[in-house]
Amino acid sequence: MTRRETVSVAMVAVALAILACLPFLVDGYLLSLAVGIAMYTVLATSWALFSGPTHYISLATAAFYGLGAYVVAAGVDVIPYAVLLGLAGIAGGVVAALVGLATLRLSGVYFVIFTLGLAELVRQIVTWVQNNLTGSRGMYVLTEITERMIFWELLALAAAVYLIGWLVTRSRLGFALRIIGNDEVVAAHVGINSAASKLALFVISGTFAGTVGAVMAPRFTYIEPSIAFSPELSFQVVIMALLGGVHRLWGPLVGVIPFTILWEVIAGRFPTQTVLLLGIAFLLIVYLIPNGVVGRIESAIKLAGRSVKHG
Amino acid sequence: MAESTALDVQGVSKRFGGLLAVDDLSFAVRENEVLGLIGPNGSGKTTVMNLISGLLKPNGGEIFLGDRKISDRPARIIARAGVARTFQLVRILPSLTVLENVIAGAVFGHKRLWGRAVRQFALRQLERVGMGHAVDAPTASLTYIDEKRVELARALASDPRILLLDEWLAGLNPTELQIGIDLISSLREEGRTIILVEHVMDAIRSLCDRCVVMNSGAKIAEGTPEQTLADREVIRAYLGDEHA
Repeated sequence: MTRRETVSVAMVAVALAILACLPFLVDGYLLSLAVGIAMYTVLATSWALFSGPTHYISLATAAFYGLGAYVVAAGVDVIPYAVLLGLAGIAGGVVAALVGLATLRLSGVYFVIFTLGLAELVRQIVTWVQNNLTGSRGMYVLTEITERMIFWELLALAAAVYLIGWLVTRSRLGFALRIIGNDEVVAAHVGINSAASKLALFVISGTFAGTVGAVMAPRFTYIEPSIAFSPELSFQVVIMALLGGVHRLWGPLVGVIPFTILWEVIAGRFPTQTVLLLGIAFLLIVYLIPNGVVGRIESAIKLAGRSVKHG
Repeated sequence: MAESTALDVQGVSKRFGGLLAVDDLSFAVRENEVLGLIGPNGSGKTTVMNLISGLLKPNGGEIFLGDRKISDRPARIIARAGVARTFQLVRILPSLTVLENVIAGAVFGHKRLWGRAVRQFALRQLERVGMGHAVDAPTASLTYIDEKRVELARALASDPRILLLDEWLAGLNPTELQIGIDLISSLREEGRTIILVEHVMDAIRSLCDRCVVMNSGAKIAEGTPEQTLADREVIRAYLGDEHA
């Protein structure tokens, strides 16, 4: 580890320790806002681990998230909750692996459409199974788990996602993905197995999304497919990650915090126009700040550095 | 003296729809040999390079690296077996630094270094091609010849058994051309096995041990540069009937 890395790790550890005290200071509305921010931080950061370097936009987050939530709903009365969390992660990872094997050869827009369709497909299957086999539309998730505990679980997941992200960036795998994102032909000609590298990262992001779904399930109390597999979730994750910037590990966080707060306000004031506003936000971000806020800041710093040198 | 064969192309064909781009082509490259692959535009030279490197799969025939068949393997396996290349249209990785571009060649393929070792090794390759001064430069600041040098350094970084240079000298001005010829010449003196597709005749004469001449996908001549460039068939292919 270099000196700079040691300092960064220490700062992250301190930040996490301070955040872990948050539930003792706030509750109610503010705590629920903090849960939202923590949730989107994990989802957007793990999404960016895959999509940042490869430029593959995945809209499958809701599929993995919903599966995770349903694993908990189905097993909460018979299996210990901690085991369910693990199972949900595995479910997300396995589905990501299957989807990845089938689709990572697709490029660009085909991949986007497929992942969007996937979330819808899983939702329809779950709905069908519920209607025909269990005879009910939704399921109850009744546990003793409090909002505080959910926040701590999400915080632990956030720590895990940053740790894994940091390890990946330093590894051959991370370097391989940067090359793949630049030029897949060159990647193949320097000996990189593109499909396997992309798949590995897609599975990591699917595992996290599945686990987050399981963590959030007790908060819903009542789960039905339209809530668990909401396509809005997938879009929000993409928007937040792009807003912050996907070229740095901490980039998505910069988008998550303002967007989650802003969204709370918007969803409160204009509850029926949220989807429309979400679409507008998407367009604005893609057109105006394609490299995210972090990308903007970095190029501004670079420009300033240059003008200092020349001036 | 029976020198061992480094690469053996046996009866290879490649068809694009109705166009037969490579037609039953056979040739062999010996260890430590520099082989020139020449011919008029559109004669299928780059397609041959793409078939060897695995970017394209042949419709017929086989290619062997040593005694290992590579023509049915994907590009990444062929790269790991020891084939490295440059591209006719330079392929630089734009968001990586110059040094990282070169490191890319030495991590996943024939050479598998990582950490401090790979940085030092890549640095040596950059110095080797005369780019030691631009290690941390962003790729956007590179001139055309410098891009070509970086790409060559990336190919060399895998310590390849066979190096494929696809018109590496094309588009250089006279001064740069001399630098480029000297550079390839120094690789030749190192004993590298090289196949080069080239249009620059001076380079072919001074660099190649042997030439394979292609026209319309087929081999029309093979031999030393002097022999092949004097061949009537070759002159006809390049210049038309009245010159032959």
